Amino acid sequence: MTLSAEAFRFVADLVRRESAIVLEQGKEYLVDSRLRSLAQAAGDADVNAYVDRLRRPEGARETAKVVEAMTTNETSWFRDREPFQALSGTIFQELMQRPNHSRTIRIWSAACSSGQEAYTIAMLAAEHVVPLGWRVEIVATDLAQSMVDRTREGRYSQLEVGRGMPAPMLVKYFQREGTGWRVNDQLRSMVRVQTLNLAAPYPPMPVFDVVFLRNVLIYFDAATKKQVLGRVRQVLDPQGYLFLGGAETTLGLDDSWDRTMIGRFTVNRPKGAGAAAPATGTAPLAGLAGLGARRAI
Amino acid sequence: MRALVVDDSRAMRMMIGRLLQQAGFEILQAGDGQEALDVLGGLEPHELPTLCTVDWNMPVMDGLTFVQSTRQRPEWRNLTLMMVTTESEGHQVVRALAAGAHEYLIKPFTAEAMADKLDILGLDPSRSAA
Repeated sequence: MTLSAEAFRFVADLVRRESAIVLEQGKEYLVDSRLRSLAQAAGDADVNAYVDRLRRPEGARETAKVVEAMTTNETSWFRDREPFQALSGTIFQELMQRPNHSRTIRIWSAACSSGQEAYTIAMLAAEHVVPLGWRVEIVATDLAQSMVDRTREGRYSQLEVGRGMPAPMLVKYFQREGTGWRVNDQLRSMVRVQTLNLAAPYPPMPVFDVVFLRNVLIYFDAATKKQVLGRVRQVLDPQGYLFLGGAETTLGLDDSWDRTMIGRFTVNRPKGAGAAAPATGTAPLAGLAGLGARRAI
Repeated sequence: MRALVVDDSRAMRMMIGRLLQQAGFEILQAGDGQEALDVLGGLEPHELPTLCTVDWNMPVMDGLTFVQSTRQRPEWRNLTLMMVTTESEGHQVVRALAAGAHEYLIKPFTAEAMADKLDILGLDPSRSAA
């Protein structure tokens, strides 16, 4: 079955209206594959028939499901090594050298999907920050309620934990539960989860030391990207760090950011945040000597 | 780079071997732990594999015993050992890591999961060249 051009346009308009996410031409396959199970659940023969249903008054009930299906992304643990090496090897150390009465580091995992990024950050914090008497508070947000619920539960299938999780971290921070694994209480207590639409005004938020906004801006048009970067700037400490995805940049969108290299990773900081961060450290991501890990990743 | 695939299932050896070949490894095979020790013992130092993937349950010598045996041989200290097994309980993963395995991949697994493990171990040429 091929998705009709008209059906694609309808879904693209709906998703853009509800989430500001842009589905460009050429993404027809994505709409087709993501909406297939919703079409089946609604009893429709194919995605074209399901889109016809969306156009009718009763289709309004399906809107949230469509937006969720189109904006949810597969994600894996320690996705791309460099950002996490920068965080654990350099940024944590730099943040802990600052005067900070509450000895608390606050991190936002924006568009957290099913929570792998937030819990990866929590694992690194448990390794490198918590043992030094500091606290780490992680706020994980997503547009989709189903993703927020999944992140809060912290339950993952065998296949999901197979994606990028070093075995020493798995056995240290997860418990076997049925055929899957569940994040342990220590990590779950570090992560607060809530729904949030990045493209709409934000509810009251704490000031964050680090914001992870990776592989999100690519879905927005230029005007929305600017808005999102401006809002993030409001909740980021003037000396803070913004992590974007490998294909994303503030260049040409918002000139209130500087870029700093940490190892092979480019991190964005509010202009005037100061000189580059200290030399890259070498804290290994999986340096759990007692459990047999040898190579740092 | 060479990899030694240790598994009593020929089909599994082929499957793992194909994935590792695609990642740039030259493949050696053994059907159990003892045969794997024999293969390693017959190699000159410069011929040794970089990676061994090791099934747990095998006849003659199981994978855990093989891992423990290789860890006692200083001349094989640079071998990277990855269990690839259906054994999936947390305590088994802990046991294998404590015995000296560096990584643990639970069957069934996807090609992407294997690639992730190679990446974690610093053995994925395509990713480390990035």
